[in-house]
Amino acid sequence: MLIETGPRVIRFIARRLLLLIPILFGLSIMLFIWVRALPGGPATALLGERATPERVAQINKAYGFDKSLITQYFTYMKRVVRFDFGQSITLRKDVTAELVRRFPATIELSMAAMLFAIGVGIPLGFTAAKRERTWFDYGAVTASLVGVSIPVFFLGQILKWVFALKLNWLPTIGRLTPTRELVHHTNFNVIDSIIAVDGSALWDSFKHLILPGIALGTIPLAIIARITRASVLEVLNDDYVRTARAKGLRTSTVNRVHVLRNSMLPIVTVIGLQTGLLLSGAVLTETVFAWGGMGQLISGAVLDKDYPVIQGGVMFLAIVFVLVNLLVDVLYAFIDPRIRVS
Amino acid sequence: MRNNNKLIALGIAAVLVVTACGSDKKSSSGTTPGSAGGTTPAATGSSAPGKAGGTFVFGTSADPVVLDGAFVSDGESLRVVGQIFETLVTTKPGGTDIVPLLAEKWSSSSDGLAWTFNLRQGVKFHDGTDFNAKAVCFNFDRWFNFKGVAQSASVSYYWSTVFGGFSDGVAPSLYKSCAAKDDNTALITLTSPSAAFLSGLAIQAFSISSPDAITKYEADKVGGTGDAPTFDGTFGTKHPVGTGPFKFDSWTPGDKLTIVRNDTYWGVKALLDKVIFKAIADGPARRTALETGEIQGYDLVDPADSQALKDGGFQLLLRPAFNVGYVGFNQAKPPLDNPKIRQAIAYALNREALVKAKYPAGSQVATQFQPPLVFGWTDKVPKYDYDPAKAKALIKESGVTNLNLEFYYPSAISRPYMPDPTANFEAFKADLEAVGFKVTPKTAPWRSGYLDDVNGGNAQVYLLGWTGDYGDPENFVGTFFRTKQPVWGFDNKEIFDALTKARDTADLASRTKLYEDANVLIMKFLPGVPYVHTQPALAFAKGVSGYVPSPVSLESLAAVSVG
Repeated sequence: MLIETGPRVIRFIARRLLLLIPILFGLSIMLFIWVRALPGGPATALLGERATPERVAQINKAYGFDKSLITQYFTYMKRVVRFDFGQSITLRKDVTAELVRRFPATIELSMAAMLFAIGVGIPLGFTAAKRERTWFDYGAVTASLVGVSIPVFFLGQILKWVFALKLNWLPTIGRLTPTRELVHHTNFNVIDSIIAVDGSALWDSFKHLILPGIALGTIPLAIIARITRASVLEVLNDDYVRTARAKGLRTSTVNRVHVLRNSMLPIVTVIGLQTGLLLSGAVLTETVFAWGGMGQLISGAVLDKDYPVIQGGVMFLAIVFVLVNLLVDVLYAFIDPRIRVS
Repeated sequence: MRNNNKLIALGIAAVLVVTACGSDKKSSSGTTPGSAGGTTPAATGSSAPGKAGGTFVFGTSADPVVLDGAFVSDGESLRVVGQIFETLVTTKPGGTDIVPLLAEKWSSSSDGLAWTFNLRQGVKFHDGTDFNAKAVCFNFDRWFNFKGVAQSASVSYYWSTVFGGFSDGVAPSLYKSCAAKDDNTALITLTSPSAAFLSGLAIQAFSISSPDAITKYEADKVGGTGDAPTFDGTFGTKHPVGTGPFKFDSWTPGDKLTIVRNDTYWGVKALLDKVIFKAIADGPARRTALETGEIQGYDLVDPADSQALKDGGFQLLLRPAFNVGYVGFNQAKPPLDNPKIRQAIAYALNREALVKAKYPAGSQVATQFQPPLVFGWTDKVPKYDYDPAKAKALIKESGVTNLNLEFYYPSAISRPYMPDPTANFEAFKADLEAVGFKVTPKTAPWRSGYLDDVNGGNAQVYLLGWTGDYGDPENFVGTFFRTKQPVWGFDNKEIFDALTKARDTADLASRTKLYEDANVLIMKFLPGVPYVHTQPALAFAKGVSGYVPSPVSLESLAAVSVG
């Protein structure tokens, strides 16, 4: 089956990758106009009270912001096609290199959040569906409503208050205790700790992941739980489930083979979408937990009107978002034979 | 059902794994014995020497930009630069008086143009090279010869603030030349007499760097294109080399920056083995990190947190007031060109009530555009104490009937002199309406429109303020009123001349008198209503000692210990 679908999948992937070009091109124009349409600019943000009109004009001239938008756009695109997003005005660091260096931190956090969201969300949704209209179901539905509504920064503060200040269990800032040294090979702290065969650094990295992981993972958790519940409820009423039960199959087999598997398609869709969205959610979470990833870089850049970082960062996130969605679409083929055949 | 239970158990297990973690509180201080305790010259007069050794973790609001003083003006860069590098002169701890650092003494010629600096002997840079007059002149000539983007205010703000232009002569420069008369004597010649420049030299932006390191690590290398310049040297990011009590160790932007004690320091060595600067952009996150023990001190304490921190047993240190918050008037927009209207507004504003109700302890009502700490401040200025009846009478006398005022205030910002701009606006609006003005509120985010509007001269009445860079009135009233500026919209030759004369006078006593007179003149003219000076706070854990808050943020960590 896989051999048959192989070329088709490759064609599908190639088509989707080609689609990236117009998407990114359109995005580059929108982004370029958007960041410049915001009032103020990097010079004002940099100088604050000291931003006299002469100084602002001087900085704008040095960075070419005094030229026409079209000239600026073409200068910008000439670099972007070489994956050169320029240098941050505020941080004076190469944007691409800084994004690549910080990306593992964001991935690590997003993975922790997703593991939490899937690990709790699916069982919660499944159980709620199986116990429809019981106190557990009502509780789960209410909790998921609260979960999607609660702002990340507020949840972050509550988590810190409970688990760090009151219980004194978990750290609140960064990816590692500041006094701890770890040699970075991959910039994934968990992997670097394993490479260094440093159990205590691994434990430290893990502890630092927990609160931001929960804060970031709560919204996807709530959504995954709700979708799982809805999807399982639908499947539970399908004829083949009733038939399977009537055949005398064990409940566990019915659940695993018939119910869960057949309800997975919408769940995988939502997991894929949420994984992409997590990257944008990371912007706030990283700030609250001083995470030092890409999100923190971008949120700082928005405040500072650091055009090259905003443009580079959002383009980078867009590429990742499209690739994650592509991955989800490919996964469908493996989960659902109907898609594979068609 | 058994399998359902398995799933539930799996979910619960995940939650437990996530929450059931160790309860060891992070400790960031060691007890490695270090050198003998004491204070550096920069910290003379601070409290008794603390325990040597250990690591101090300090929470900052951002990463530094680069560790090259000449290329930055932001507080977080200068904070670290001030530990690794030293300047020719500095300020007395906790004050603004100029005291020796790398220069043991100095003198100026009678015309105020030639300044001789006698340098400290036996000082070495961290790379082992000698500090001497040649090194001093190398640094001054480097700054003077900045080209292109290096001249912009986003890079060399302090050079342009203190010295004006560069060697290309596009704008006049106060700096003329530097000559090494011998190894230990540097002669700096100015193009016009200035006394303010000596106070300016205390800013970390004028730190003396190792000429070898500057060259080797290409501090001035600017690449990219004309429209997108890039700073490519590694001096400021990986190899900052100065003479200070701490040496650079490592820096991972977004994570932490580490400096270690300089064991070959020429003066009394630092107590701490190591200082880690941990960037935490979020204010509440800094506070929590102090409370959990992850950091042992942080700057920019939110005034709203002060009492809770004190109650929690943390130390709160206040910087002496070195800022001013004011209501500005743009006289290009009538009726503010009418002095009686300006006076009426001044009498109408209940500044005392606002400061009492909305500002933290240590704040004081301002009577003029510079804090009392800076020389030239005088009690002789007209005061305009709250008097609504007098305000009404002045409005009547003015004959102005259109009493509409567009009052600008910023959103999305908290400044040391203005923690809550909306609260200030609301209080002032009520005061103004009580005497008959009709106030139309105008607001915009600080960085997204507000500063551009106000500084560009579009605002009629507005909230603004200033935190000083160095202890000279030129940095306050001189900056505001020595030249015509769109933000104020007036052209008053008498004030411009008085401030120029005061700036160019060399003798301190004469300068003080000239600035006192200028302040009286300014407050009579009333270009705005100064209303507050505040004392920004730093918070520290119990056991941290030796930190001396400075009005100009020249705060050496050499005398700090972690108990």
